[in-house]
Amino acid sequence: MVGTPFYSRQLRLCQSMRWKLWSGFYAVDSYLLEHDLEYFALRSAAGLIDVSPLCKYLVRGHDSAALLSHIMVRNIAKLGVGRVAYTCWCDDAGKVIGDGTVMRRDEHEFLVTTTDPCFSWLCRFLYGYSARVHDVTDDLAALALQGPYARDILVSVSGTAIGDMRYFAARDVLVAGRPIWVSRTGYTGDLGYELWIPRADALDVWDALLTAGQSYALRPAGLMALDMCRIEAGYILKHVEYHSALHALIEARKSSPYEIGLGWTVQLDRSPFVGQRALQLEARTRSPWRLAGLDIDWSETEALYRRHGLPPALSTEPWRTSIPVYRDRARQHQVGYATSGTWSPLLKKNIALATLRTNCAVPGTRLQIAMQVEHERHAVTATVHSPRFFDPARKTSVAI
Amino acid sequence: MSFGHRYDVIVIGAGHNGLICAAYLAKAGRRVLVLERRHVLGGAAVSEELYPGFTFSVASYVVSLFRPHIIRDLDLARHGYHVIPMDCAFQPLPQGRGLARWSDPDRTRREVAHFSRHDAEVYPEFSLAMTRMGLLAKAVIDRAPPVLGSLRPSNVRAWARLGRAYRHLGPHLQHVAQKLFTMSAADFLDLWFESPILKGPLAASGIIGTFKGVRTPGTAYVLLHHYMGEIDGAFRSWGFSRGGTGGVSMACARAACAYGAEIRTEASVSKVLVQGGRARGVVLDNGDDFEAEVIVSNLDPRRTLEGLVGAPHLPSRLTEQLRRYKYDGSSGKVNLALDGVPTFACRPSVGDHMRGDIVIAPDVDYLERAYDEAKYGTWSSRPFINAVIPSLTDPSVAPPGKHILSCFVQYAPYHLNQGTWQEERDRFGDAVVDTLASYMPDLKDRILFRQVLTPWDMEQQFGLTEGNIFHGELSLEQLFFQRPVPGMAHYRTPIASLFLCGSGTHPGGGIMGASGELAAKTILGHPT
Ligand SMILES: Cc1cc2nc3c(=O)[nH]c(=O)nc-3n(C[C@H](O)[C@H](O)[C@H](O)COP(=O)(O)OP(=O)(O)OC[C@H]3O[C@@H](n4cnc5c(N)ncnc54)[C@H](O)[C@@H]3O)c2cc1C
Repeated sequence: MVGTPFYSRQLRLCQSMRWKLWSGFYAVDSYLLEHDLEYFALRSAAGLIDVSPLCKYLVRGHDSAALLSHIMVRNIAKLGVGRVAYTCWCDDAGKVIGDGTVMRRDEHEFLVTTTDPCFSWLCRFLYGYSARVHDVTDDLAALALQGPYARDILVSVSGTAIGDMRYFAARDVLVAGRPIWVSRTGYTGDLGYELWIPRADALDVWDALLTAGQSYALRPAGLMALDMCRIEAGYILKHVEYHSALHALIEARKSSPYEIGLGWTVQLDRSPFVGQRALQLEARTRSPWRLAGLDIDWSETEALYRRHGLPPALSTEPWRTSIPVYRDRARQHQVGYATSGTWSPLLKKNIALATLRTNCAVPGTRLQIAMQVEHERHAVTATVHSPRFFDPARKTSVAI
Repeated sequence: MSFGHRYDVIVIGAGHNGLICAAYLAKAGRRVLVLERRHVLGGAAVSEELYPGFTFSVASYVVSLFRPHIIRDLDLARHGYHVIPMDCAFQPLPQGRGLARWSDPDRTRREVAHFSRHDAEVYPEFSLAMTRMGLLAKAVIDRAPPVLGSLRPSNVRAWARLGRAYRHLGPHLQHVAQKLFTMSAADFLDLWFESPILKGPLAASGIIGTFKGVRTPGTAYVLLHHYMGEIDGAFRSWGFSRGGTGGVSMACARAACAYGAEIRTEASVSKVLVQGGRARGVVLDNGDDFEAEVIVSNLDPRRTLEGLVGAPHLPSRLTEQLRRYKYDGSSGKVNLALDGVPTFACRPSVGDHMRGDIVIAPDVDYLERAYDEAKYGTWSSRPFINAVIPSLTDPSVAPPGKHILSCFVQYAPYHLNQGTWQEERDRFGDAVVDTLASYMPDLKDRILFRQVLTPWDMEQQFGLTEGNIFHGELSLEQLFFQRPVPGMAHYRTPIASLFLCGSGTHPGGGIMGASGELAAKTILGHPT
């Protein structure tokens, strides 16, 4: 296992010694003893998250746009230069293999980023296309600067007016005298940017950001805080909300884009792409599963704890274990399962993301979720909600 | 009588309680008008730009007890309710590194052990006992209080519920509870701890907003306020409202408006019109009048009943009781704008110890001496100060790199023995700054702007009678079924259709929202 390019800085800052392994890298789970302070920095000021373990591929060549349009469910050929698209890619059966972003650097160069390696999948389709795929995972460090003050910090550290940079735009910016790529993207559901930095410049950029960030209450933030934010924002995570069709042991573990909330990324009516036929078919029928949010009833939870004379003592840490969801309190008819969840300190709600039978996934539907209180199993009402619990206007707004 | 406008309900005053009351009533379909005297909303939970670029929580400065179910009921998060928890309570000391207590119990234990190994280990036991007591308190604050003497089934059930909560404590904790409700903060803490230094900030939380000393019986139970926080963990009960405590009020106001309430500022009510024992409407200072089925007052009991209604409409026994209801404001506030982060001599780095509560209460005797002066009508020359630097956590309140130091100060007795508060104001402000500067040597060089609020100023600005920050002392004889006075503890008044919803009603002061909510439910006839 190895550290990311920021490891030396993180080692000094990580008071809690809580690390996690992410794609073979040491990643900080929480710098502080109290991870929720990092969450609050992300939501109230700004947080800096090391996302270097993301897999990054440069796709270059005359046919790179055509190649990516063939692989992705989204029509990448239509993506403008300096724009980023969030998309997923499927196998021939229309089952999702991975999800990530595609940034168009120029006419013939794209940066693909995703959580898991997909070099071989991208290369599989090269035949007949004039394009090459370069794995730049280790060459590019990556930071996510997220939160309501992310823009101010980036402006102050780059001296560049990026106020007009739109949601999912990308451009080159100088930070601490180093040219880096910046995209207005992120995984927190808030105003924020992702910074793609040549490895050699990583520490200079980190230091510049943290110094400038002092005036804006910036904190380095770990994966736990990030997880809380992405659940509030309703963003799915591979291996948690879905499994790659390439690695699923059984058919039942595979999902189509429509089943994991990515139906909107699928652009069906165009030149052929991997999985198109299957997806066309599915779009005409009804997918059996849907991604949904669950708002787990608080007064019922409180009442369960009260029975034991306890105050409601939910963990403040986000969780990602599968928890059954039922139609009935007796827990006889299971209609799906929650995949991850968190106490939302801002919304004062206990929320979860879930995969539900399509007919049960209508917002407002009252279901039952299993909950263990003091060694006893119970069911608590969980109301179906859009997965997007938190969606502030500043996420997409521009400041001129 | 002919009125200008008709509403179902008029709420007088847009403090957070008035706004919450209005929001619940509007949500239930009532046509609601809120009338606020000032140009800003929020009352004592207000944010104002007192100095260009600096937004101050002018009066209240931290949020703790706000009822989470109100956030959910009124969808306040969507309307901007945003409270950021604090991780630390820091007590700088003249010598040594000071004492910082953290959310993490082991980290706290190590800090306390510098002063007493015994106390370090007792501290979590104390916290546990207090958390259990806090549960009892929660059973009390989230409902309208039962009354003495009534055999109505709902009343009997309410008493029974409390009895069960009490019995649930078990014999040991029942004894602790009895002590908690009768002893002084200092004496109660003596039962647990030996270090006068650790006891300093703990005892200080027993006197906030009261005109009592840490050795005055009846101050211990106030310690509970620190253990009633909800899910966000033990210490997690205190936090900064983003954009100042006015942010809480503004979220409530937006919710009220979203449900259809109408809010008017610079609309000072001078009179509640009473006809045949019923409140019929209100008249403003400018002569405008408004009619409504129900009038709710967010003002304190004296201002409402003596000020707006008038003694002739009230039973004489009640006026007598209202006169006896104690205000006796004892707190001041000093708000500073700084051009950089000040440095603590005892812990010079800019660290997380500065991001929470900063308590100038070096030991128990210091606090009692501060009270000694106040008892005889002078302000404390070396006061207890509860300071926060919200700008280290919330960049929205000050320009980049600049900071706000907000200082809550005791004691500043409303009734001065000599002189007036206009004459004393600056000297009092100097004493506060001098006291702080003895811990932060570079403080004075950093001050860009200073506002000193004495109890007299609070009365003038916020309409807080005698400058009492809680609309009346939170002493036990003025609480629960006796708040504000016996026989009037259900948000009702002797005037039919006139209700109270401010901090002068159960469960009392603080940015809690419970009074506003429970008053609304009483008016709507919903179970409380
Ligand atoms: C200096 C200070 C510090 C404090 N610190 C904290 C703290 O840190 N944390 C905490 O929880 N609590 C704190 N408190 C207590 C808390 O702020 C109050 O208990 C609470 O805000 C009171 O809310 P309320 O809605 O009941 O009344 P108020 O906020 O007093 O609202 C009453 C409203 O009525 C308006 N009004 C008055 N007269 C009229 C009239 N004639 N016509 C129309 N409107 C009128 C007023 O302008 C005001 O807006 C503090 C209070 C003060 C003063």
